[in-house]
This record gives sequence, C-alpha cells and structure tokens, in this order.
Amino acid sequence: MINPAYKGKMVVVEGSYAVAHSAKICRPNVISAYPITPQTHIVEDLSQFMADGEIPNCEYINVESEFSAISALIGAAAVGARTYSATTSQGLLLMHEALFNASGMRLPIIMTVANRAVGAPINIWNDHQDAIAQRDTGWIQLYVEDVQEASDTLPQLYKIAEDNDVMLPGMVCMDGFILSHVYEPVVLLEQELTDNFLPPFQPENVLDPKDPKTFGAFAAPDTYEEFRYLQEQAMQKALPKIEAVAKEFEEIFGRFNGGLVDGYMLDDAEIVIMSMGSVLGTIKDVVDQYRARGEKIGVLKVRSFRPFPKEQVREAIKNAHAVVVLDKNISIGTNEGALFTETKSCLYNSKVRVPVMGYTLGHGGRDIRMESIAKVIEETKKVAKSGITVESRFLDLKEELL
Amino acid sequence: MKEIRIHGRGGQGSVTAAEMLSVAAFEDGKFSQAFPAFGVERRGAPVQAFTRISNSPIRLRSQIYTPDYVIVQDATLLETVNVASGIKDDGIIIVNTTETPESLNLNTKAKVMTVDATKVAMDMIGLPIVNTVLLGAFAGATGEIKVESIQNAIKARFPGRVGEKNAKAIQKAYELISGEEA
Repeated sequence: MINPAYKGKMVVVEGSYAVAHSAKICRPNVISAYPITPQTHIVEDLSQFMADGEIPNCEYINVESEFSAISALIGAAAVGARTYSATTSQGLLLMHEALFNASGMRLPIIMTVANRAVGAPINIWNDHQDAIAQRDTGWIQLYVEDVQEASDTLPQLYKIAEDNDVMLPGMVCMDGFILSHVYEPVVLLEQELTDNFLPPFQPENVLDPKDPKTFGAFAAPDTYEEFRYLQEQAMQKALPKIEAVAKEFEEIFGRFNGGLVDGYMLDDAEIVIMSMGSVLGTIKDVVDQYRARGEKIGVLKVRSFRPFPKEQVREAIKNAHAVVVLDKNISIGTNEGALFTETKSCLYNSKVRVPVMGYTLGHGGRDIRMESIAKVIEETKKVAKSGITVESRFLDLKEELL
Repeated sequence: MKEIRIHGRGGQGSVTAAEMLSVAAFEDGKFSQAFPAFGVERRGAPVQAFTRISNSPIRLRSQIYTPDYVIVQDATLLETVNVASGIKDDGIIIVNTTETPESLNLNTKAKVMTVDATKVAMDMIGLPIVNTVLLGAFAGATGEIKVESIQNAIKARFPGRVGEKNAKAIQKAYELISGEEA
C-alpha cells in the first residue's frame, strides 16, 4: 500500500504509465504485444518509450494478434532475451495454447495482465476470469492491490522467474480500468536501484547455432511425465523465492506489498476476509470501520495464486472463527470462485478446522461497494456463531433481471 | 476525504479534468485518486469522471455515490442526467451556464453555483473547451485546492502557449466565482 513516508518521491500518473515505466526500467530485450482494452495504454506508453529511444538493446515486435505476440516472445526468450508483453481478456485467451509452451519450455516470459471479463456477452470491464482461466498453464500468477504494487512486482517477478531453480513464466495480474486507468500517487521504479536488484538474464540453456540444442521437443510416454513433475517442482521452489525476493526488494527499495500472502489486522481476527487484487483496498476501509467499533475483523490478501501458498494460508486463518473468500471469478459448474475452492482444499487434510464461506462478485465490472463488503461480514459473523447454511453464492445479484 | 464527480459529454475532457485535479491536489500536499466511469465512451454521450482528495492514502476502489462536489461541464446534461444524485446536503454543484443557480431548479439541498465557463474559454483560450476553466471555478467555489496548483498541473500537461492561456482562464474563472482576486 501507499506509504506516506515516500510522498516526496511520488508523482501522480496513470496506472498504465507506471507499469510501462517499470517494464522499461527492467531492461527488456524484446517486447511484443497487441493492443486490447484496458491494456492499451501500457503498450502505447512502451511504444512511445521505444520511439524516443528510451529502451536500449530492445526490439519492439509489432504483431497481428496476441497468439503471435506470445509466440514471438517464446522464440526470443529461448535465445536468452528478457521479454515482456501485456494483454487481457480475449487476448489472453487467444494466447492460451502458447502459454503452455512457454512454461513447458521453461521460458521466464513476463506479462502484465490488465484483468478483464471474458465474452460472451462481450464486456470490457474488470473481473479475474481471464487470468483464472490460465490457472493450469504453469505460469506464476501474482495479483496486485494498487498501482505501486503493479509497478514494483514486475522486477520481483523477473527475478523469481529467471532464477535457475525456477525458470517459469509469470504474469502480474492488475485489475483492468480500476488500476490500469486510475491516476494515483506512485514512486516510479528507480533505474539505479533496479539495476542493483535485478541482474541481467543469464539462462543456463539458450538456442545457439554454435551449440545446437532442442527446446520443446517431442516427449514420448517414457519421458513426458517427468517434464510435468519438474514443472511442478519448479513451482514449489518458487514459493520461498517469492517471499525472499519481496523482502530483498523491501531492503533495497523500502517498499513491501506482501510476499505470498499479506495480512491486515489479522493477528487477533475472529473473522477473516480473503481476496485478491484491488478490492482489498475497499475491504480494508470497511474493516477499519469495524475495528473502530471493537470488532475483530481481519484481511488476508492472497498475492500468489500460482504457486498457491497452502502453508501460509493455513497458518494465517488457523485461529479464525470463520473465513469468507471473495472471488471475482467463477468456475461454472461448481458455483464457486477459484480462490474459495483452493482455500477449502488446503484445509481438508490439515488440523485447521474453520468454516469457510465463498462469494463470487464483481463480475464484468459490477462495482463492489463498501455496503456490500459490510453485508458479507455480517453473514460471516452468523457463520462463526451457527455454522454454514449457504456455502457459496453470488453477491449483489439483481433479482429483477433474472 | 472529499469526493468530486464531474459530468460532461464525451470529448469535453471530463477525464482529463479529473486527472488534473488529482495532480493538483497532490501538489497541494494531499493524497488523491482520479478515475473515469469506465464507459464505452463516444463523442457527445454523457460521461462521468471522479476524483478523491484525502489527507491520508486512498485505498477505496468503488465508484463515488455521495459526492461532496459536482462539476457540470454542459448544462444540456441537466435535461437527461440527475447531476445532483447522492450529493451531500452541504455539498456544492458547479454548473457551466449563463443562467442563475435558482433558474436551474435542481432538486437538491446542496448549494448550486453557476459560471459562464464557455464565455471565459472563448474569450481567453479561443475555443469552447471548459474543463480546465471549471477547475479554476472549483478552486474558487470550494477552497479545497490552491488555484496555483491547478495552473501548475495544467501547464505541466500542456506546456507552452496552450498551458499559459489555460492558466489565465483558470484565474478568471476563480475570480468570477469567488468574487475575489486570486
């Protein structure tokens, strides 16, 4: 969150500008992207930086689709380039097939996803359905709360993804419009500090005609399973690195947005609200109101959705009387959001016994008001007292439209 | 925290005005946040943009439902949009019009103030673009922000002659609505 101590270093800019600036400061060698609302301003700003000669040793490859954008980056990353793209919604869905290639070939491509709903019906506004649909592609997914975090998480993710023990692609998921189009105070990522924090990308294996190797080759039943296992191992190794890199970032830059998870008013909380992304800000404002009345409500921000921090989630909610999970997505056919399902799942074989309730909300940009969060807290208080009656449901449905 | 809603039509610079207000408020030492009403904007269609100004960092991400201040760039909007919707009783609505506040007949307890921003813009900028002018009026009507901070924000966004002309028009609107020299 915004720390008043850094006010002197802050400027008020659009979220997209701060992210584009951050991508530039990370010294990418190849950028390829296709414009799509609400990601457009990020790639426009990057195009401007390129035209102004502000990104040295970098190629910006214009392409005719998101499928080509990610494919271009797969080739570039394989020869050892640091790569960047940004997309959203249908664009991210169009990349879907190649996302598996990027992670299967262990290429640490980094993207910003300006999260948006998917069609049909067509809708340009924010929810998390686009990124959640990429859950199983083998990409690290970090969800951010504000513009500062969207900007600061990029160098962190490069460092995590390019670690030789990890070598996986990753996406920074920021709420479309809500964060991409907001003007708010931010410390723009500092070049000198970033150069100290993020070393150049030096992969062990690169495509090189002088030393021929094969990437993404055919794997028969006698080897394929081991590739999958190693991908999973890499994700598990990323877990402590996400924590460590966030702390290292704090040491150098003085800013901390959480590692795998981040708690707010959590230590003595009887009711815990879990969520991901910008809605956490609204939730914290509501929790402050409850705290002012002496009610023990806390917040658990989940920053890393992939890899999923089972241990940290269990530890954070083990003393709660009831937990409620807010998801801006739904897995149709389960009546549950993805974070809710994960949270329940990581408790099942553990000793932590706490009722967990889920709400799926904010679909297609439906505004999430403080009143709605208060309603959720009131329902969760009932669960703490007398158990769950409805396990998961939509919030703020307009009954008159059904 | 103070919440401001700007009503305009697509192309009139409502979003730019909200952004410049947030930049100016930050220069004034406050924290600020500005965002559009995320529509599928078309030129001429009614649009809204929002600014929050606070002494502490702003985390709230919902839209603005009970504004302290409303700015209306185009009085023809009054026929189709309830610009007074949700405004606090002690709030202020600033309308760009040649009419008096009473003749607008707005159904609100909030204070209604009017300024002929179009005339100011035509006289001093030479174009009927009133978004920056109305920010000067906002500074004069509310005292929430220094007029110099608004002028600096505009001059930084529009360097050179355009910014200078706008700064003078901002000054004029400030004086017209506050009745005093800035």
